[in-house]
Amino acid sequence: MFAAFLQYLFSGLTSGAIYALAGLGFAIIYNASHVINFAQGEFIMIGGMATATMVAAGVPIYLAIPLAMVASMLVGVAMEKFAVEPARNADVVTIIIITIGASIFLRGAAQIIWDKEFHSLPAFSGETPIAVLGATLMPQSLWVFGISAIVIALLWYFFNRTMFGKAMLGTSHNRLAAQLVGVAVKKVLLASFALSALLGAVGGIVVTPITFTNYEAGIMLGLKGFSAAVLGGLGNGTGAIVGGLIVGIAEAMASGYLSSAYKDAIAFIIILFVLFFMPSGLFGKRGTDRV
Amino acid sequence: MNLMTARTGGLALLAVVITVAPVGFSNSYFYDVAVNAMFNAILCVGLNLLIGYAGQISLGHAGFFALGAYGSGILTERYGVPAIGALVLSAAVVGVLAFVVARPILKLKGHYLAMATLGIGIIIHIVLKTESGITGGPDGMSLGNFKMLGLTIKGDQMWYWVVGFLLVLAVWLSLNLIDSPVGRALRAVHGSEVGAEVVGVDTSSYKVLVFVVSAVFASVVGSLFAHKNGFITPDIASFFHSVELVTMVVLGGMASIYGALIGAVILTLLPQVLAAVEQYEAMILGAIMMGTMIFMPKGLLPSLLASLKRRGGGQ
Repeated sequence: MFAAFLQYLFSGLTSGAIYALAGLGFAIIYNASHVINFAQGEFIMIGGMATATMVAAGVPIYLAIPLAMVASMLVGVAMEKFAVEPARNADVVTIIIITIGASIFLRGAAQIIWDKEFHSLPAFSGETPIAVLGATLMPQSLWVFGISAIVIALLWYFFNRTMFGKAMLGTSHNRLAAQLVGVAVKKVLLASFALSALLGAVGGIVVTPITFTNYEAGIMLGLKGFSAAVLGGLGNGTGAIVGGLIVGIAEAMASGYLSSAYKDAIAFIIILFVLFFMPSGLFGKRGTDRV
Repeated sequence: MNLMTARTGGLALLAVVITVAPVGFSNSYFYDVAVNAMFNAILCVGLNLLIGYAGQISLGHAGFFALGAYGSGILTERYGVPAIGALVLSAAVVGVLAFVVARPILKLKGHYLAMATLGIGIIIHIVLKTESGITGGPDGMSLGNFKMLGLTIKGDQMWYWVVGFLLVLAVWLSLNLIDSPVGRALRAVHGSEVGAEVVGVDTSSYKVLVFVVSAVFASVVGSLFAHKNGFITPDIASFFHSVELVTMVVLGGMASIYGALIGAVILTLLPQVLAAVEQYEAMILGAIMMGTMIFMPKGLLPSLLASLKRRGGGQ
């Protein structure tokens, strides 16, 4: 009984950590620009695919990982510069179409640059399962937990202790005021895309040994990340992390105890219920309208 | 009488185009593509009421389309309901479903609304894929011809005239809706919801109404599409299909019925044109979506009309 529960919990925490990183990516871009970046999942895919194919081609993994991270960041920056920045003042719907267009474009490019096959990475430290109270834990899951925790800690430090991080936070609270006190708002926007792309790539790399990846892997991961961000309340970092873990654990429990076919539906059912009763997510601020 | 008002002139022009277009159709493939374009056009005219006029996004309309299609499929194939009865019954069920979810959902704003509608679409997709006992699962299901009053609609050519007539009807209905007090109220909702409420518009009722109308449009088109195609799979409910529909509306021109229609036709034809460069299809589609939205954020038709006006009359 308990062993099974623990097993589901481990698997839920593993995917939850990835959703949390994706959710944070949504939150960072949303804060800086009020844009929902539907291409967030593609950053995850690029991180995983680039690393996997480089490693398969013989590049040592300690070189492939940073290269993949840089590649993903460059894509993020290019996307901000050429697709999002020129449409700054457009409607919400217009910008949604632009980022969805970008995601379709990136998937199309990935399918040409790489292929349609599934790719994998060797686990970072072996595949010997660790026995924990009757359940088994794959060492790679520990990597996922550890790296996600480190990334979250670094992000906290960046936003609360560094000048540029504080400038980014300031921009999210009040763009004009931030500009008035000398924050280079344009740089903040670029940085937000670079940072989100980096987060996505890290998530994609650590999870690839467990789930494999292909050119379409970003679709569901991106949508789950969006669910995590909305569940927690858009733009709320802690909310995105909690939201990601809730979605991951609920999914694992549902597929363990109810039906694995409905695993992917769970995230969206939770979201609908939460939004029906709390229209701004769990930790979101109540919005007010100015006429 | 001025024939060039959007109301009469546009409708007449549409009817003429539909009547004359087959002159250029050299084989049934053209009819087939044209029917699909018109299916999408009807759907987009409905969806445009929601997106363009009421200013509410839906990333789940493919779900309603698929419910119409599967409703017809299941009722006619498994329960022997006549096609027209199945179409009406499915549309009624979709309408009720849309009505039930509309109130809580349309309270949400912007991205939260996008998330909720997206969620509904994905849940419908997964249900259709999973409940294979009723839906046939990922393998899909087959349907017979659409029979009504002893008449069987079959063949691309016959479908063309039926769907063409329905398209004109759908545009006429939408034009009437927009010119009615409902339409004015909707535009007020789009301009400023709080503002509209302050001057006494019951914004939530209007939003619910238009959500239900657009869902019913989608369901009816879904039913007809299912009969025309003879075969449906759960992927017609996919997120990508919902995105395609929204893109058609936005690409052609939000808040412009003919814009939505043009967007639908262009995006339906695009894959046919791009078939030659199939490998690059996704990249080109993505680039077109980004490019149009960046350079013509109001959509093709409104942007073109604006530039014509500037050139012709000078502002």
